[in-house]
Amino acid sequence: MQRPGKMISEVLKHVGKTPATTNYPFEKAEMPEHFRGKLQFLPHRCKGCMLCTKDCPSEAIKIKKVGDKKFEAEIDLDRCIYCGQCVESCFIQALVMTTDFELAALNREDLKMTINEKNSPKPPAEEE
Amino acid sequence: MSKLTIPIGPQHPALKEPECFIITVDGERICEANMRLGYNHRGIEKRCEEITYIQSAYLIERVCGICSHSHSTAFIQAVEEIAGLEVPKRGLYIRTLFGELERIHSHLLWLGVAGHEIGFDTLLMYSWRDREIVMDILAMVSGNRVNYGMNSIGGVKRDISPEQADAILKAMDDLEERTKYYIELGLQETTLIKRLSGAGSISYEDATRLGAVGPTARASKVDQDVRRDDPYAAYAELEFNVITDDHNDVYGRTLVRLGELMESYKLVRQLIKNMPDGPIRKKGPRKIPAGEAISRYEAPRGEDVHYVKANGTDKAFRVKVRAPTLANLSAVSKMLEGDYLADVPIVIAAIDPCFSCTDRMAVRNIRGGATEMHNPGSLRNFSIDWYRRRGIDFTDLNKKLMKRLERV
Ligand code: SF4
Ligand code: SF4
Repeated sequence: MQRPGKMISEVLKHVGKTPATTNYPFEKAEMPEHFRGKLQFLPHRCKGCMLCTKDCPSEAIKIKKVGDKKFEAEIDLDRCIYCGQCVESCFIQALVMTTDFELAALNREDLKMTINEKNSPKPPAEEE
Repeated sequence: MSKLTIPIGPQHPALKEPECFIITVDGERICEANMRLGYNHRGIEKRCEEITYIQSAYLIERVCGICSHSHSTAFIQAVEEIAGLEVPKRGLYIRTLFGELERIHSHLLWLGVAGHEIGFDTLLMYSWRDREIVMDILAMVSGNRVNYGMNSIGGVKRDISPEQADAILKAMDDLEERTKYYIELGLQETTLIKRLSGAGSISYEDATRLGAVGPTARASKVDQDVRRDDPYAAYAELEFNVITDDHNDVYGRTLVRLGELMESYKLVRQLIKNMPDGPIRKKGPRKIPAGEAISRYEAPRGEDVHYVKANGTDKAFRVKVRAPTLANLSAVSKMLEGDYLADVPIVIAAIDPCFSCTDRMAVRNIRGGATEMHNPGSLRNFSIDWYRRRGIDFTDLNKKLMKRLERV
């Protein structure tokens, strides 16, 4: 049986309902727990093996030696494709992905991150 | 009436991707349709020869935004075959699960696009809203909505927890209910039936002769599906029907895709129910021994073929991608013949084209007859040269641009 306008009833059903879209950015959007967002580097763990640099498909991460067993990471957020390969390659979890996805910037320079011991979260006590 | 040739594209409001269709019409009827490819060549195959297998997997995933998992699985299957790697069962199941989830999101996307192309935007709004259910599932498990990054040489990267499995099953119930409604809609809504019936007709003979694949072919009664005919991953252990239809037109293609959605829900339930325990991956080697392999994969749009040749290093010697759209393009020319000009957008959309995934470029030197392949860099130089020979010089402009960039 053919009926023109079959979708009308479906449309009318939704008249009183709240929209399916969300009110972002006025309401914060939550990403799932294991979302692949902005990278975080934990310098106290890094051993400087450079595997992350070697495996990164878009040359977005560089590890620099800044002192005795001290390393700093330079991450280009505009090059990074958030694939998670570096996290996977790093065998001591010195790199983690956060759920931070709001990375827009007006200036390309703002997308370059340098993370070293000074500007990274303090390591938990047991690892000191 | 005299014939008129209308170029549609490469930039055109009705096309989402750069492609050129040269359509000759006699009045409203199309008498000939030709097309030109190659406007979005990205040099992916060449690049794969310069980066390691681990990196290539991510690049290949980005051949297509919609069937990213299809391309990466096809590539990785070929690499695993060369390396003789046996992927753990659970890894194969999760890989297959993602393949099916991807098919669900791709077909729902297509349903919306088809609705949009025929001016039925209500359908677009509702089917895309429902597609969010599966997108959320994909994001929850893999960490991203489009490029899942699930595949790695030797298995998959992320496991599925019991809670996630429950969430997937719940989503399948919701989606199944919605798809049943769309099927009912497809069978009853007069606008849809009248608009789609007869558009882009192609007979069984033509579809086989021109090598159409996927839902495009199956809507012309061509009973082919790589998942059944040449099972990969976990498909050999699963039960499902290959949906075919004998409408031969866009309407048939709609019904086939809707039917495949129902099959995919069935497959996802089976996969979750029968998922074996155990490891999800085996550590793959960095260097792949010399050898070559062809891998076939049933992407949502049809059969996707990847060829990989390894030479014992950690980089591929040659990678070749045959995206499903390429196989369907010659069928499109045939479909358009005799149709109305107004049917062009929906007939093209009905193969669910991904032109940018299809673009591989070979420049033929007509005088010498030799074929040259280009990568992005050499292509750029080639274009600068080409224009210079015709009296257009970009050197000054380029210098200005460089200066500008330096200042910024
Ligand atoms: S997430 Fe991927 S692209 Fe980004 S730095 Fe890590 S390896 Fe490179
Ligand atoms: S892989 Fe890990 S340990 Fe090695 S250099 Fe990168 S962050 Fe440091």
